[in-house]
Amino acid sequence: MFESLSDRLESVFKRFKGQGRLTEENIQEGLREVRLALLEADVNFKVVKQFVDRVREKALGQDVQGSLTPGQQVVKVVHDELVELLGGKTSAFDVKGSKPLTVMMVGLQGSGKTTSAGKLALYLRREHKMKPFLVPADVYRPAAIDQLTKLGAQIDVPVYPSSTDMNPVDICRDALQVAKDKGYDLVLFDTAGRLHIDERLMEELANIKAAVSPREILFVADAMTGQDAVNVAQSFDAKLEISGVVLTKMDGDARGGAALSIKSVTGKSVKFVGMGEKLSEMEVFHPDRIASRILGMGDVLTLIEKA
Amino acid sequence: EKTKEQISKRIEGLMASHSKIDESFWEELEEILIMADVGFEPSMKLIERLRDRVRKAGTDDPARFKEFLREELETIFKAPKRITAINPPEVVMMIGVNGVGKTTTIAKLAYRAQMQGRRVLIAAGDTFRAAAIEQLEIWAKRVGAGFYSKGAGADPAAVAFEAVDKAVSEGYDLLLLDTAGRLHTKINLMEELKKIQRVCGKKHPGSPHRSILVVDATTGQNALQQAKLFGEAVGVDEIILTKLDGTAKGGIVVAIALEHALPITFVGLGEKMEDLRPFNGKDFAQALLGT
Ligand SMILES: Nc1nc2c(ncn2[C@@H]2O[C@H](COP(=O)(O)OP(=O)(O)OP(=O)(O)O)[C@@H](O)[C@H]2O)c(=O)[nH]1
Ligand SMILES: Nc1nc2c(ncn2[C@@H]2O[C@H](COP(=O)(O)OP(=O)(O)OP(=O)(O)O)[C@@H](O)[C@H]2O)c(=O)[nH]1
Ligand SMILES: [Mg+2]
Ligand SMILES: [Mg+2]
Repeated sequence: MFESLSDRLESVFKRFKGQGRLTEENIQEGLREVRLALLEADVNFKVVKQFVDRVREKALGQDVQGSLTPGQQVVKVVHDELVELLGGKTSAFDVKGSKPLTVMMVGLQGSGKTTSAGKLALYLRREHKMKPFLVPADVYRPAAIDQLTKLGAQIDVPVYPSSTDMNPVDICRDALQVAKDKGYDLVLFDTAGRLHIDERLMEELANIKAAVSPREILFVADAMTGQDAVNVAQSFDAKLEISGVVLTKMDGDARGGAALSIKSVTGKSVKFVGMGEKLSEMEVFHPDRIASRILGMGDVLTLIEKA
Repeated sequence: EKTKEQISKRIEGLMASHSKIDESFWEELEEILIMADVGFEPSMKLIERLRDRVRKAGTDDPARFKEFLREELETIFKAPKRITAINPPEVVMMIGVNGVGKTTTIAKLAYRAQMQGRRVLIAAGDTFRAAAIEQLEIWAKRVGAGFYSKGAGADPAAVAFEAVDKAVSEGYDLLLLDTAGRLHTKINLMEELKKIQRVCGKKHPGSPHRSILVVDATTGQNALQQAKLFGEAVGVDEIILTKLDGTAKGGIVVAIALEHALPITFVGLGEKMEDLRPFNGKDFAQALLGT
């Protein structure tokens, strides 16, 4: 899709061959390439600015390590910095704690909430022997309840029998009670997609949160999202205080720069990554993988890691 | 609305804060365009053209800038809609990546066509995603259109073939064919689209008459790849831009129009069947400017 950042940096730094130190002078052009790569990966413009400044600071005055070229050295600084920013202590869930573990899925229309709810049910049952309960709380989109019900049947997970004449807040409250009565230890609430500027529907989410006090509120974001990711994530976080992010549709060729944008404005890390439409296609988030992806590089990294 | 206001304010600010169109003016414009998802390279291209216009007009008055931008975008969006003589029924195939709004847009197009007095058949070509058929069927009922399905798991090409047959024999004017969302990088799924296209043509020569690529306005640079690879697989005749009721500007269609010269025909402005408007380059420019 794009020329990799490493290739670009290599050609930039060719002219500076033999220089053992990164200087204001020789780094300038390299940083321009870094900026471009991040913008092409859809990292937010303002986030890119801050990021490039940090990289400049870190890289300046560094000695170029033994077997690395200056280009590779900058890639390494950029990559390490990205991993650090994307990382964070909280990765997956703490599945201990009081039961049932309650998880609420929120996000824009079509981002992958319903599918991710099914994936999480499957994953947590497989990895942690949990007994999941799926709760369809989207009474608006045609056949949304049906969709989650069918997904539940596919993986043999019980689904709360919501209907479109019920109120989403009542559904969630009642479903939580049912889960407790029946001894399910994981409850996944699938909410309707909504725009962050839709005040009525955002208020509905706040009401669901108040009714069931979910331990995790996952903001589900499409990896193909562009510059607006920051506005959306910020609004959801401001209203609900999200606990983490699920980045979906990473099985394509999107770079997923939204992950960095979202992390930068909310401080919340990606916890899971959607890698396909099937319910088994979800992975735990690895900051280094997304970092390489945002930068559009594969092999060069392993090369650098060996150095 | 906040972002739209912000961008509007920024463009107003851009014009107010600069007494003339100078380098810093262009730099600020670049930022505004990138933040609207136009993309780096396409923004450069657009700015180059705008510089040209400004030069030719022999002015550096920022007050006239809006007019230049509007004119330029109009030109960029002027890709002609391919008009072919159609032997009815007209067959339209909706394609795009997952979750962009294909199914909902079918409902909107069906609603619109019915209002114009056309008889519409909707076919459930997404036999994969859970409850995709049920979703489409609810829409067909709401709109009052005909509906054809072969059930979950059926071969989408067989659905297409039989739906075309039904549309022909029952005298429908328009067949809207839903397809499953698929990422453009998935070779098998793209082959499947080609097959759907082929069998339509077998049953009803000349069909499908149009493939509409649905693009979500919140999408960033990836939409360029979508346009490219869907285009290479089955040819894209037009683009519908959905979810413009959010705060994303949908600037990626500027890039698509620049690179692929595809017409953008409609925009989606909500989740209801009425929420569809014809695209108009001038309006889009206004929206980008926020006025
Ligand atoms: N390729 C791919 N497709 C995905 C992934 N996650 C979800 N999808 C698809 O994206 C589309 C939307 O997914 P849903 O789970 O229905 O999204 P949603 O957020 O619940 O949508 P609404 O309820 O309408 O807001 C479907 O076609 C899913 O199959 C993923 O990781 N990869
Ligand atoms: N706000 C807004 N939401 C929209 C618009 N168009 C579609 N949606 C919503 O986006 C979500 C996905 O729409 P669908 O029509 O199911 O998308 P799709 O492309 O058919 O999805 P798949 O078949 O799963 O690939 C639904 O929640 C729709 O209600 C729009 O113009 N504005
Ligand atoms: Mg859903
Ligand atoms: Mg669909």
